[in-house]
Amino acid sequence: MQPIGQTPKEFILSIDALTVSFDGFKAVNDLSLYVDENEIRVIIGPNGAGKTTVLDLICGRTKATSGSIKFEGRELTKMREHEIVHAGVGRKFQNPSIYEDLTVFENLELSFPRGRSVFGALAFRRDQEVIDRVEEVAEMIFLKDQLRTDAAILSHGQKQWLEIGMLLIQKPRLLMLDEPVAGMSVAERVKTADLLNTITKNQSVIVIEHDMKFVEDIAHRVTVLHQGKVLSEGTMDRVKHDPKVVEVYLGH
Amino acid sequence: MPTVGFLFSKKEWLYLAILAALLLIVLPASVDIFRLNLIGKYLTYAFVALGLVLLWGNGGILSLGQGIFFGLGGYCMAMFLKLEASTPEATKIQSTPGIPDFMDWNQVTALPFWWQPFHSFTFTLLAIILVPSVFAFIIGAAMFKRRVGGVYFAIITQAVAAILTILIIGQQGYTGGVNGITDLRTLLGWDIRTDSAKLILYFINAGLLIGVLLLAQAVRMSKFGRLLIAMRDREDRVRFSGYDVSNFKIFIFCLAAAISAIGGAMFTLQVGFMSPSFVGIVPSIEMVIFAAVGGRLSLFGAIYGALLVNAAKTTFSESFPELWLFAMGGLFIAVVMAFPFGLAGVVKDYVEPFVARRLPVLLGRGRAPQPQAAQ
Ligand SMILES: Nc1ncnc2c1ncn2[C@@H]1O[C@H](COP(=O)(O)OP(=O)(O)OP(=O)(O)O)[C@@H](O)[C@H]1O
Ligand SMILES: [Mg+2]
Repeated sequence: MQPIGQTPKEFILSIDALTVSFDGFKAVNDLSLYVDENEIRVIIGPNGAGKTTVLDLICGRTKATSGSIKFEGRELTKMREHEIVHAGVGRKFQNPSIYEDLTVFENLELSFPRGRSVFGALAFRRDQEVIDRVEEVAEMIFLKDQLRTDAAILSHGQKQWLEIGMLLIQKPRLLMLDEPVAGMSVAERVKTADLLNTITKNQSVIVIEHDMKFVEDIAHRVTVLHQGKVLSEGTMDRVKHDPKVVEVYLGH
Repeated sequence: MPTVGFLFSKKEWLYLAILAALLLIVLPASVDIFRLNLIGKYLTYAFVALGLVLLWGNGGILSLGQGIFFGLGGYCMAMFLKLEASTPEATKIQSTPGIPDFMDWNQVTALPFWWQPFHSFTFTLLAIILVPSVFAFIIGAAMFKRRVGGVYFAIITQAVAAILTILIIGQQGYTGGVNGITDLRTLLGWDIRTDSAKLILYFINAGLLIGVLLLAQAVRMSKFGRLLIAMRDREDRVRFSGYDVSNFKIFIFCLAAAISAIGGAMFTLQVGFMSPSFVGIVPSIEMVIFAAVGGRLSLFGAIYGALLVNAAKTTFSESFPELWLFAMGGLFIAVVMAFPFGLAGVVKDYVEPFVARRLPVLLGRGRAPQPQAAQ
């Protein structure tokens, strides 16, 4: 959290005046958002507020109509998707997006950041470094005993973890998670909150979430989106008592 | 992942041994040279089917235009052979001796510049691989960089196959037109029309096919192979894991094209001509059917699929030529509906469990069939 009045720290991510318009409908409208180094930022807001679209814009899936997204000083809006990943941004999709026909090990291995070119992939060898790292991440995401399991038969919650693991293995400096605990049991949610709290020691995280209990467990700061704009921002406590937020989101 | 040995699992090595024995020993020993030559022709389609296993089965990219590459490979070889057959002495009755006969018939009076390099055998061998690869690269780059995929890609490959056919037929004076390039005789002075040459060519073809099968398996066993499967299932996840997906698609498309072209060149050598009827839409779709019947995820299946469907085609179309296309269409629908993984799927689901019960020693001491790394 950035103390006011002191020399401003470098933000890891600064979004300025970002707008995207789908046939005239502004899903994200003049949005500005700043995320600190090692911060867990949670974005909440009603359905259709534009939360997923913000992540799409950051990771290059959707092209911005105007505005700027700077990550560690680099302009992301001009970069291609895989270049954004190489720059250090990882993104989890709203629906668990894993390779069902491959094993947990292979899912993680494919995400290991080496051999990402065509010939790199052909020449890639599964050496000890890869195996160690896959096992290390599998341990973090509670799937150590499932490494040889086909990803298709994991439970919904385990698939969510696996996708988080696929990001962790890339060591991104900004991790973006779209509803990571959707479909998880209460116990799984608690474990996921612990996981996120551990990993932010060296990365920043943006999380989109509807589950308020979970948000309270992890958020350093909360941004409330509404109709593509920031409605309110601050600590969970402050946001929770903001009358505007209560009216459009938390009230029902 | 199940522990697999070098390249293949133990069971797959057994399948390879069976295939090699069949192609290199059983068939040559049991059929006459006329039929063996016919089988050799079928096996040239198996190259295309192998490419389709990589491209379509593993990569999920359906091309309905693989005849393009089979044809390009075949034409490159045919151009070389035709030039060799068109010596000034052999063509001295023409108004312009020394050029291919069809050029002379079409009032072409000099060998076009792009035919010239095909005097060289080394150039021809390179061209057989490179011409189709470059062509595939151009199509692939134009499509995949723009994220054209799925049905649209399939339709565009069809369109290209159709255009190429029309072009070949239209440019009679340079391509031999609808008849193709015919009356090929010798390869570096070696008469390819004799029975002994046909036997040798059969073995070269079968050997190359097994070589390509090993190459394809090596690709499948690499991380590239697993990425193909990942791209087929979750293209976006691959992209947002830092891969430039289009490059991978272009590469596999080029590889499948080059493999098909080897088949085309071997076709020309064994059958003695090349014509646009192997380039267009119908042959391209037939090649997809070979892969589908054999099992689009199985390299072995692709080879057996090409053999069996073609054998059926020959038998069937001799007796009921007009019904063959319907039979083929029916076969395709039946396979897709009832056996989505083709012959290979049937073997895996029914034959292997049966054999495993009867022959525990052969397949790993009575264990259930091992899970396969890549079917
Ligand atoms: N590619 C697109 N084309 C057109 N409209 C889009 C596109 N992507 C998103 N939208 C629209 O933009 C709005 C914001 O969508 P978005 O998915 O960002 O909402 P969200 O806040 O993530 O909602 P939820 O909580 O339901 O996930 C919606 O009205 C959606 O229909
Ligand atoms: Mg959303």
